[in-house]
Amino acid sequence: MNQHISGLPAWLVQRLSAVYMALYVLLLPLLWWSGEGGYAAWHGLFAGTVGGVAAALFILALLLHAWVGMRDIFLDYLGKRPGLRLLMLSLLGGWLLAMGVWALRILLGVWLG
Amino acid sequence: MRQHRPVFLQLHRIHLPLSGWLSITHRISGVLLFLALPLWLWLWQHSLHDAQGYAEVQQWLAWWPLRLLLALQLWWLLHHLLAGLRFLLLDAEIGIALPAARASARVVMLASPLLFLLLVVWL
Repeated sequence: MNQHISGLPAWLVQRLSAVYMALYVLLLPLLWWSGEGGYAAWHGLFAGTVGGVAAALFILALLLHAWVGMRDIFLDYLGKRPGLRLLMLSLLGGWLLAMGVWALRILLGVWLG
Repeated sequence: MRQHRPVFLQLHRIHLPLSGWLSITHRISGVLLFLALPLWLWLWQHSLHDAQGYAEVQQWLAWWPLRLLLALQLWWLLHHLLAGLRFLLLDAEIGIALPAARASARVVMLASPLLFLLLVVWL
Protein backbone atom coordinates (compact mmCIF):
# COMPACT_ATOMS: atom_id res chain seq x y z
CA MET A 1 0.00 0.00 0.00
CA ASN A 2 2.97 2.30 0.35
CA GLN A 3 4.37 1.44 -3.04
CA HIS A 4 4.41 5.00 -4.34
CA ILE A 5 5.91 6.54 -1.22
CA SER A 6 8.68 4.03 -0.64
CA GLY A 7 12.22 3.78 -1.89
CA LEU A 8 13.69 6.69 -3.81
CA PRO A 9 10.73 9.12 -3.62
CA ALA A 10 10.51 8.79 0.17
CA TRP A 11 14.29 9.10 0.45
CA LEU A 12 14.19 12.26 -1.68
CA VAL A 13 11.22 13.73 0.20
CA GLN A 14 13.12 13.18 3.45
CA ARG A 15 16.16 15.07 2.19
CA LEU A 16 14.40 17.92 0.40
CA SER A 17 12.15 18.59 3.40
CA ALA A 18 15.23 18.47 5.65
CA VAL A 19 17.05 21.10 3.58
CA TYR A 20 14.02 23.39 3.54
CA MET A 21 13.44 23.05 7.29
CA ALA A 22 17.13 23.62 8.03
CA LEU A 23 17.03 26.90 6.06
CA TYR A 24 13.80 27.94 7.74
CA VAL A 25 14.93 27.29 11.32
CA LEU A 26 18.13 29.22 10.63
CA LEU A 27 16.42 32.17 8.91
CA LEU A 28 13.45 32.61 11.24
CA PRO A 29 15.50 33.33 14.42
CA LEU A 30 17.72 35.72 12.41
CA LEU A 31 14.64 37.58 11.15
CA TRP A 32 13.19 37.59 14.66
CA TRP A 33 16.33 38.92 16.36
CA SER A 34 16.90 41.55 13.67
CA GLY A 35 13.35 42.84 14.24
CA GLU A 36 12.04 45.00 17.03
CA GLY A 37 10.43 42.16 19.00
CA GLY A 38 7.03 42.11 20.66
CA TYR A 39 3.69 40.68 19.59
CA ALA A 40 3.24 42.74 16.41
CA ALA A 41 6.63 41.68 15.03
CA TRP A 42 6.01 38.03 16.00
CA HIS A 43 2.59 38.08 14.35
CA GLY A 44 4.10 39.81 11.31
CA LEU A 45 6.54 36.94 10.77
CA PHE A 46 3.62 34.71 9.76
CA ALA A 47 0.99 37.21 8.58
CA GLY A 48 2.56 38.43 5.34
CA THR A 49 2.38 36.53 2.06
CA VAL A 50 6.04 35.46 2.08
CA GLY A 51 6.16 34.62 5.80
CA GLY A 52 2.79 32.86 5.69
CA VAL A 53 3.62 30.72 2.67
CA ALA A 54 7.07 29.94 4.09
CA ALA A 55 5.49 28.83 7.39
CA ALA A 56 2.85 26.71 5.61
CA LEU A 57 5.58 25.06 3.53
CA PHE A 58 7.55 24.42 6.73
CA ILE A 59 4.55 22.65 8.26
CA LEU A 60 4.11 20.58 5.10
CA ALA A 61 7.83 19.71 5.05
CA LEU A 62 7.68 18.79 8.75
CA LEU A 63 4.70 16.46 8.26
CA LEU A 64 6.30 14.72 5.27
CA HIS A 65 9.65 14.45 7.09
CA ALA A 66 8.01 13.05 10.22
CA TRP A 67 5.97 10.60 8.15
CA VAL A 68 8.98 9.15 6.35
CA GLY A 69 11.14 9.11 9.48
CA MET A 70 8.60 7.52 11.79
CA ARG A 71 7.52 5.13 9.05
CA ASP A 72 11.13 3.97 8.66
CA ILE A 73 11.33 3.37 12.41
CA PHE A 74 8.05 1.42 12.46
CA LEU A 75 9.08 -0.69 9.48
CA ASP A 76 12.45 -1.39 11.11
CA TYR A 77 11.23 -2.38 14.56
CA LEU A 78 7.70 -3.72 14.19
CA GLY A 79 8.87 -6.75 12.23
CA LYS A 80 6.76 -8.63 9.75
CA ARG A 81 3.39 -8.14 11.39
CA PRO A 82 1.14 -6.61 8.73
CA GLY A 83 -1.77 -5.98 11.09
CA LEU A 84 0.33 -4.13 13.67
CA ARG A 85 2.11 -2.27 10.92
CA LEU A 86 -1.15 -1.12 9.36
CA LEU A 87 -2.45 -0.04 12.75
CA MET A 88 0.66 1.95 13.68
CA LEU A 89 0.99 3.58 10.25
CA SER A 90 -2.70 4.51 10.34
CA LEU A 91 -2.30 6.04 13.80
CA LEU A 92 0.80 7.89 12.64
CA GLY A 93 -0.93 9.21 9.51
CA GLY A 94 -4.00 10.27 11.46
CA TRP A 95 -1.88 11.96 14.11
CA LEU A 96 0.19 13.87 11.55
CA LEU A 97 -2.93 14.92 9.63
CA ALA A 98 -4.42 16.22 12.87
CA MET A 99 -1.23 18.19 13.56
CA GLY A 100 -1.38 19.58 10.02
CA VAL A 101 -5.01 20.68 10.33
CA TRP A 102 -4.24 22.27 13.70
CA ALA A 103 -1.29 24.18 12.21
CA LEU A 104 -3.44 25.26 9.26
CA ARG A 105 -6.04 26.53 11.70
CA ILE A 106 -3.40 28.58 13.51
CA LEU A 107 -2.16 30.07 10.25
CA LEU A 108 -5.71 30.80 9.03
CA GLY A 109 -6.33 32.56 12.33
CA VAL A 110 -3.29 34.74 11.67
CA TRP A 111 -4.28 35.44 8.06
CA LEU A 112 -7.99 36.08 8.60
CA GLY A 113 -8.08 37.25 12.21
CA MET B 1 10.27 -17.51 7.31
CA ARG B 2 12.73 -18.70 9.91
CA GLN B 3 11.20 -18.41 13.35
CA HIS B 4 14.35 -18.62 15.43
CA ARG B 5 16.60 -15.87 14.25
CA PRO B 6 19.61 -15.15 16.44
CA VAL B 7 18.75 -12.26 18.71
CA PHE B 8 21.40 -10.31 20.58
CA LEU B 9 19.77 -7.87 22.92
CA GLN B 10 22.19 -7.47 25.83
CA LEU B 11 22.23 -3.73 25.37
CA HIS B 12 25.17 -3.10 27.71
CA ARG B 13 27.32 -5.48 25.67
CA ILE B 14 26.60 -3.86 22.32
CA HIS B 15 29.54 -1.72 21.26
CA LEU B 16 28.67 0.62 18.48
CA PRO B 17 31.25 2.70 16.63
CA LEU B 18 30.76 6.43 17.03
CA SER B 19 28.99 6.77 13.67
CA GLY B 20 26.59 4.07 14.90
CA TRP B 21 25.85 6.11 18.01
CA LEU B 22 25.30 9.12 15.83
CA SER B 23 22.82 7.19 13.71
CA ILE B 24 20.78 5.89 16.65
CA THR B 25 20.81 9.23 18.47
CA HIS B 26 19.69 10.89 15.22
CA ARG B 27 16.70 8.57 15.31
CA ILE B 28 16.00 9.08 19.00
CA SER B 29 16.24 12.87 18.74
CA GLY B 30 13.88 12.73 15.75
CA VAL B 31 11.31 10.75 17.76
CA LEU B 32 11.60 13.18 20.69
CA LEU B 33 11.03 16.14 18.38
CA PHE B 34 8.05 14.35 16.84
CA LEU B 35 6.55 13.71 20.29
CA ALA B 36 6.89 17.36 21.29
CA LEU B 37 5.04 18.62 18.21
CA PRO B 38 1.74 19.32 20.07
CA LEU B 39 3.62 21.35 22.70
CA TRP B 40 5.21 23.56 20.03
CA LEU B 41 1.90 23.96 18.20
CA TRP B 42 0.11 24.87 21.40
CA LEU B 43 2.70 27.51 22.34
CA TRP B 44 2.68 28.83 18.78
CA GLN B 45 -1.10 29.04 18.71
CA HIS B 46 -1.33 30.83 22.03
CA SER B 47 1.47 33.27 21.24
CA LEU B 48 -0.25 34.26 17.98
CA HIS B 49 -3.75 34.56 19.43
CA ASP B 50 -3.43 38.13 20.65
CA ALA B 51 -1.03 40.39 22.54
CA GLN B 52 -2.22 38.97 25.84
CA GLY B 53 -1.62 35.40 24.70
CA TYR B 54 1.84 36.43 23.57
CA ALA B 55 2.58 37.88 27.02
CA GLU B 56 1.23 34.71 28.68
CA VAL B 57 3.50 32.49 26.62
CA GLN B 58 6.43 34.69 27.66
CA GLN B 59 5.42 34.11 31.28
CA TRP B 60 5.15 30.34 30.76
CA LEU B 61 8.60 30.37 29.16
CA ALA B 62 9.99 31.88 32.35
CA TRP B 63 8.76 28.81 34.30
CA TRP B 64 11.81 26.60 34.70
CA PRO B 65 10.36 23.13 33.96
CA LEU B 66 9.01 24.34 30.60
CA ARG B 67 12.23 26.24 29.99
CA LEU B 68 14.23 23.09 30.68
CA LEU B 69 12.03 21.02 28.37
CA LEU B 70 12.36 23.55 25.56
CA ALA B 71 16.11 23.79 26.13
CA LEU B 72 16.35 19.99 25.82
CA GLN B 73 14.26 20.21 22.66
CA LEU B 74 16.70 22.79 21.30
CA TRP B 75 19.58 20.45 22.04
CA TRP B 76 17.84 17.51 20.31
CA LEU B 77 17.01 19.75 17.38
CA LEU B 78 20.64 20.85 17.05
CA HIS B 79 21.81 17.25 17.27
CA HIS B 80 19.24 16.09 14.72
CA LEU B 81 20.12 18.99 12.41
CA LEU B 82 23.89 18.50 12.55
CA ALA B 83 23.73 14.72 12.27
CA GLY B 84 21.27 15.16 9.40
CA LEU B 85 23.61 17.56 7.60
CA ARG B 86 26.37 14.98 7.95
CA PHE B 87 24.12 12.34 6.40
CA LEU B 88 23.32 14.73 3.54
CA LEU B 89 27.03 15.21 2.89
CA LEU B 90 27.56 11.44 3.01
CA ASP B 91 24.69 11.06 0.51
CA ALA B 92 26.56 13.44 -1.77
CA GLU B 93 29.61 11.19 -1.29
CA ILE B 94 31.45 13.95 0.56
CA GLY B 95 33.60 12.59 3.38
CA ILE B 96 32.49 9.04 2.63
CA ALA B 97 35.92 7.46 3.33
CA LEU B 98 36.07 5.81 6.74
CA PRO B 99 38.59 8.17 8.44
CA ALA B 100 36.68 11.24 7.23
CA ALA B 101 33.31 9.74 8.24
CA ARG B 102 34.70 8.92 11.69
CA ALA B 103 36.11 12.42 12.06
CA SER B 104 32.81 14.05 11.04
CA ALA B 105 30.91 11.84 13.48
CA ARG B 106 33.24 13.07 16.22
CA VAL B 107 32.75 16.67 15.10
CA VAL B 108 28.95 16.35 15.27
CA MET B 109 29.06 14.60 18.65
CA LEU B 110 31.15 17.45 20.06
CA ALA B 111 29.58 20.33 18.16
CA SER B 112 25.96 19.73 19.10
CA PRO B 113 26.45 19.99 22.89
CA LEU B 114 28.95 22.86 22.46
CA LEU B 115 26.60 24.84 20.20
CA PHE B 116 23.78 24.12 22.61
CA LEU B 117 25.79 25.45 25.57
CA LEU B 118 26.73 28.55 23.60
CA LEU B 119 23.08 29.19 22.74
CA VAL B 120 21.98 28.65 26.36
CA VAL B 121 24.61 31.07 27.64
CA TRP B 122 23.74 33.61 24.97
CA LEU B 123 19.97 33.36 25.46
